[in-house]
Amino acid sequence: MSANKEETLFQQKVDAEQKIEPKDWMPDAYRRTLVRQISQHAHSEVVGMLPEGNWITRAPSLRRKTVLLAKVQDEAGHGLYLYSAAETLGVGRDELVDQLLTGKAKYSSIFNYPTITWADMGAIGWLVDGAAIMNQVMLCRTSYGPYARAMVRICKEESFHQRQGYEIMLVLSRGTPEQKAMAQDALDRWWWPSLMMFGPSDKDSTHSAQSMKWKIKRQSNDELRQTFIDRTVSQAEFLGLKIPDDKLKWNEETQHYDWGEIDWTEFFDVIKGNGPCNRERLAAKQKAHADGAWVREAAMAYAEKKAKRQAA
Amino acid sequence: MSSTNEKDWPLWEIFIQSKRGLDHKHVGSLHAADAQMAIENARDVYTRRNEGNSIWAVLAENIHASRPEDQGAFFDPADDKVYRHPTFYPMPEGVKYI
Repeated sequence: MSANKEETLFQQKVDAEQKIEPKDWMPDAYRRTLVRQISQHAHSEVVGMLPEGNWITRAPSLRRKTVLLAKVQDEAGHGLYLYSAAETLGVGRDELVDQLLTGKAKYSSIFNYPTITWADMGAIGWLVDGAAIMNQVMLCRTSYGPYARAMVRICKEESFHQRQGYEIMLVLSRGTPEQKAMAQDALDRWWWPSLMMFGPSDKDSTHSAQSMKWKIKRQSNDELRQTFIDRTVSQAEFLGLKIPDDKLKWNEETQHYDWGEIDWTEFFDVIKGNGPCNRERLAAKQKAHADGAWVREAAMAYAEKKAKRQAA
Repeated sequence: MSSTNEKDWPLWEIFIQSKRGLDHKHVGSLHAADAQMAIENARDVYTRRNEGNSIWAVLAENIHASRPEDQGAFFDPADDKVYRHPTFYPMPEGVKYI
């Protein structure tokens, strides 16, 4: 069959809402886009463990520590579901990890911001996981089967992440004036980076149109961002905290909130590697990988020895 | 970055039975040095919320699959055999329990 015919059949399948499975014919660019997107997503989960891992030893109570540990463990799990989905496209795990460690692959810029107070654990769960959920709920219906299935699994677990974050914010905002100020400070620092998580505005997004046609994405960056804002404002009001945007205002006509302008220079600067923690995050991953080398080698040597003994 | 002489752990496909009496269902894959590690890792990766009651781990290279490009010809023998379905046999009104 000619590539043209294959491509028509492929698009028909996608249009008919049939999932594409690993062994199906797919355009090279579809495969490349998925490998890039799924592995970036996996890297984000894995690097996302670092800012929160920072607070595990200093969580204010045993309950908070247990919860944070479980959350960070979930992020590791989510990374693994996604690497597993990426590998169905014919790329090896070692290759993907290499791309992360050499800085060739990107991960979500949000994790290049520091977590300087305990309230940041609240803001991350509430806002960062909240923004991630918007994107991930959409991806449950993505056209590539293994990616969609990994997303369903992730979404089931993610809402605990958002709730535990909101609970932290709630307790702080009902606490002493210092605690409330700490919560407000975290909201001030995390609000705009959270909005940036949805990616560039639709008019500047390089991959959007094609990804929508292939139904990898089902909603545009700007749509998702607006829904996130619409849902989050009342949650902030309930906390008695102020979202750091003077232009934020309900628009009766559009039935959405109007809001200010994202500082895109900051966004692209952090992507380029100049965020507050880019170097630190990469260095931490490189060190963990290097420190774990002997474990990986020893486990493999042990498995081989055992297999030999059983064969004898 | 990872040393090139380092041998990668093989890939295992994981199947989980969520409840006694149900079938094992494919959930994804993971890397592990041997079967025991694959099962233990599968517990940590795929059953953190009691999703599982039993785990199967199969080396990915041992799974053989039908080819999607042959799908039509491969499965069409069943297409024209409607008589394999109970609805092929209309029952007269009044016949019960069948």
